Order: sequence, then C-alpha cells, then structure tokens
Amino acid sequence: MNNVFVYCEIEGQTVADVSLELLTKGRKLANTLGVQLECICAGSKLDGVEKQVLPFGVDKVHVFDAEGLFPYTSNPHTALVVNLFKQEKPQICLMGATVIGRDLGPRVSSALFSGLTADCTELEIGDFDMNVKNAAGEMEKKHYVNQLYQIRPAFGGNIVATIVNPEHRPQMATVREGVMKKEVLDPNYKGEVIRHDVAKFVPETEYVVKVLDRHIEKAKHNLKGAAIVVAGGYGMGSKEGFDMLFSLAKELHAEVGASRAAVDAGFVDHDRQIGQTGVTVRPKVYIACGISGQIQHIAGMQDAGIIISINSDPNAPINTIADYVINGTVEEVVPKLIKYYKKNSK
Amino acid sequence: MSLKIVVLAKQVPDTRNVGPDAMTPEGTVNRAALPAVFNPEDLNALEQALRLKEQFPGSTISVLTMGLPKSAEVIREALYRGADQGYVVTDRPLGGADTLATSYTLSQAIKKIGEYDIILGGRQAIDGDTAQVGPQIAEKLGLTQVTYAEEILSLDPAAKKIVIKRHIDGGVETVEAPLPLVVTVNGSAAPCRPRNAKRVMKYKNATAAAERTPEQAEALAPVIEKKPYLNITQWGAADIDADPAQIGKAGSPTNVKTVQNIVFKAKESRTMTGSDEEIDNLIQELLNEKIIG
Repeated sequence: MNNVFVYCEIEGQTVADVSLELLTKGRKLANTLGVQLECICAGSKLDGVEKQVLPFGVDKVHVFDAEGLFPYTSNPHTALVVNLFKQEKPQICLMGATVIGRDLGPRVSSALFSGLTADCTELEIGDFDMNVKNAAGEMEKKHYVNQLYQIRPAFGGNIVATIVNPEHRPQMATVREGVMKKEVLDPNYKGEVIRHDVAKFVPETEYVVKVLDRHIEKAKHNLKGAAIVVAGGYGMGSKEGFDMLFSLAKELHAEVGASRAAVDAGFVDHDRQIGQTGVTVRPKVYIACGISGQIQHIAGMQDAGIIISINSDPNAPINTIADYVINGTVEEVVPKLIKYYKKNSK
Repeated sequence: MSLKIVVLAKQVPDTRNVGPDAMTPEGTVNRAALPAVFNPEDLNALEQALRLKEQFPGSTISVLTMGLPKSAEVIREALYRGADQGYVVTDRPLGGADTLATSYTLSQAIKKIGEYDIILGGRQAIDGDTAQVGPQIAEKLGLTQVTYAEEILSLDPAAKKIVIKRHIDGGVETVEAPLPLVVTVNGSAAPCRPRNAKRVMKYKNATAAAERTPEQAEALAPVIEKKPYLNITQWGAADIDADPAQIGKAGSPTNVKTVQNIVFKAKESRTMTGSDEEIDNLIQELLNEKIIG
C-alpha cells in the first residue's frame, strides 16, 4: 500500500530505457518517502523479465504475461493498471512520456480520477501549505507533507511550474526518455516477483483493438548519444539554412539537432527536436546556432559539457549558459567554423 | 451509409510564430502579441473527418470546442472548411480546468450531441502539449481509442470497424478497432484543406450568443429565424448536465503550486566576434584540448 509504482514499457521482451530511468528515479523517491518501489511488466512471453528490472532496486515486480498484451493496446493495459491500483493504492505512478505512456497515462488517470502531469523534467518530494475549500465551502489553509512535486517548464518564457495533486492518488507523472539517469543499484537486488492471473484483471471484452501490422525502423540518427551536437534554431531561416549545419556536423562527426521553433517552421524533421518535448542530450560539445534559448529548449541540453552559442543577438538567453559566445550571424560564422576545422584538423 | 462525426477543436495561442515581442521584459508571456489560432493538429483531425464525409455522403460533422466566447472563431473556421455544425461550451465555472475537468466537460457535451460513430481530435494542443484530453474523453465515454493516427485506411460502417495507420515510437502500426471510438490525429497526417469561398460567404456571420452585444442579438434574431445555421449552439455547465464537482478548478486534481521565473546561473563565458582570427583560434583551442576530434 502507498508505494511508488513504475509502469515498465516492454518492446518484445525488452524493458525500455525510459522505464529503467524511471525505476532509478522511483527508487530515490521511495527512499525519501520510506516506502517500497514496485513495477508493472505487462506483455507476452515474459519469462525472466524481472532480471531486467530488479537490479534497479525494485521491491515487487508485478508480471502480467498473456497473449494479447503485446503489442500494446489501450484497453487491456488500462484495465490491468487500474485494477491493480484499486487493490494496491499506490501514492505515485510514473510512466514514460512515450507514445505508449501518453496513451495509457491519461486513460488510467481518468478512470481513477487522479492528476497526471505530462513531460516532467524534475520530480521531488516536499511539504507545503495550500488554501483549499473545506466542507463548508470556506477557504482554509491545509498542510500537506510528502507530496510529489511534478516540475515542468510552462508555456512562455523562462518559467517553471511545480504541479501537485494533494487530494488525489496516485500522483501520476510522465517523463521523457533521457531526462532521468538510469543507474543499477545492486545487480543482485532481491525483490518479490508476482505473476498475476491476467484474466482476473482484464476481461476478455477489453481486447477490442487488433494490431494488424507493425513496423519498427532503426533510428536514422543517434542524436541522443552523440558526443557533439550542432543544433539550429529559428534563426537558421530555412531548410536550406540547415544544410550548412549538416555540413558542419559531417566534418565534426556530430549529429544535427534543432529547437522546437525550427521544427515547427518545417526546417528539419521532428525527431531532431531537442528540449522538453523532444530529445534530451548530454553531449561533450553543444553548438547552438541561431537558438534564442527558451527554457523548454534549455531543459533538453543544459547538461552539455561545453556550450558554444552563435547568435546575432548578443542578449539571446542561451548566451548566459554558454561557455563561448560568438556574436555574429550563422551565415557568416558557420562556414568559418567549417573552414578552420578543415585547416586545423589536418 | 452515413456517419455521425464529432471533431474536437481548441483555440490556442500561436506558440509557433513567436516574434520578438512575445515576451514582456519581465520574462512572462505577452498574450496580446500571440494570435489565437485553430490548434494545428485539430485541423489534421478535421481533414480526416472531411475525407470520411466525402467517402460516406450524408455524413455530418459536428465541431465541439470549449473556451472563452471568442473560441467560437474556431467553429466558424471549421464551418468555412466543410463542417456542418458547431458547439461552443463556455461558462465561468468551467474556468481553471485541468485536462481531467476539461475531458469531463467535453464528454458531457458529446453525450448531449447524442449520436456519434467517431470522435476525432488533434493528438495534442500546442499550448500544453499534454495529449491527455483525447484518451480521457474516451475513458469517460467508455470507448476505445486510437492515438497518434496518421491516416484512416478504411472504415466499414456495416461491420462497425475502422482500420487506422498510426505512429508509434520508432515506426508505424496498423490497427483495426471497433466503432464508435476516439481517434487523436498526429501532425504528420494530411494537412487540412483550405476554406471554401462559398462557405465563407454562407457562414461569415455565424456567431454564438456570447459573442453578440445585446443590440446585435436583437438585430440578428429575425435573421437567425430564417437562417438557423447562423447561430452557433452555445452551452453552459447546466446545459450539459455537468456535475459541479467535476468541472473547472473543483474538478481538477492537479494544482499549480508555484510558478518560478528561472534565472540562468551565468557561466564565465568568453565572448567573441565572428572574425576569421577568433574562429581560427577557437578551433585550434578546442582541438588542442581534445574537446573536438
């Protein structure tokens, strides 16, 4: 009861990285609260799946293994999570902010009338006072302890909002892949493994959607793991403007990323978006070209080793976190970077 | 065979075209500088609805929005592009709603609309990016859902089945689902067709009651009697039989505890111009220190 739960996403028989990252975060939250960490593994042919998750410090693994649970479809997974939660009454539930987590999370939150915050960039435990309406309809100050702070950049400017759900359980949050760090706690960590009777949780009538065909492609690039990232913003001006960044990236053996503004303007594919609603990167070097640096973008790259900002606006917010600021237009500076890299690297 | 289609639409501040005046000097949003627009992915959803209507003549498209009175603008826009009718849910007690209270309100409005075979909406709205309202409406109505849809491949009204291609992480998937259901449409789906000039002429004076001044309302009454399509249906909380505990702030489990202005801790940085000499030196330095290879 009142434990921290992580819903583990499973592709075939493999638990997704984002879920392992959340187990690490979940373990820390559970330690702070003095409760246990539990997780849900649902899919088909999951013999031994616990070996993938226990090392992250899971005290209890709930395995739901049945044909029809892989590939993921909304209803059966919602049913098993909701019915398990009615039994176990968790205080916190974390999910990946993936296609699956964003399909499942809201359905579960609606069924349980619990709050859900999407795309959190930080999760903490804290106490606070809040004015709430009492039974008589009057406002009164109430003290809450050990609450989950769901922290995420809010729309517009350098604003970060802390969201709480004091009156409803579980407190639910989704987090993107790469935002939290996964760390094995103990390769031999001992936890309990419960293999549930799926039929008791998921009525036959829930298997309503059939997956006819499924096609997973290999990623076209490795932005997430790149040692050097060359990123462009709205200031690149056009799709053609990005060609110059691809040339620079080729020279440096780097990957090309982009701010949301550049993606929305159609300069570059969505899968290259860096930031809160895109990829989180931690490269050795981050070269920001024509990026002003909204908090949503910075949330996805602030852990870069060295940040170089090229911007014609000397007051661009990103300059404040940059190690090197080059005041100039990208059209002028980027070709020079290519030229002098070629000259000096020989 | 014809279909009853509901399209969910939201009016949002245009966060895509953020100009230099989008922020106030204090670092907050200058809402006045951001135009209100039809949420982009809701337009993708409308296009899917219009395609179904072409395929199944006699189908009707009802567009539903919740927001301030001026959100009726998105209804007009949808009418210009081919929707048949629109509903605006607007009421003071609905304000301050999080996604759960919003989805409850919209699901009550959908129940009031009555019959539906398919409910289409954008995957997410650009002002919050949560993608939660679609699935939450599906759950409240007891329907299944297909999220991240890219294309409706086929629909069989007799068998009550739909086949949809959808985006998944790292790929695509084709699913078959039963009608009725909720479908949220991804931005990678076909863009919405433009306005139709004839329809603009027909609907340009269509308004919701809350948009009219008392004088306008009086002047319009006889016109609307003859042309009822010029009245955009407007509902308040009572019209959709909403439980006061589940709407607005009261129906929202999530609370914003604090909003903090982030001041970046300034690093010790080196500022340079883009001169040849400085760039040359910078590259040499980065190479020498093996920061770049």
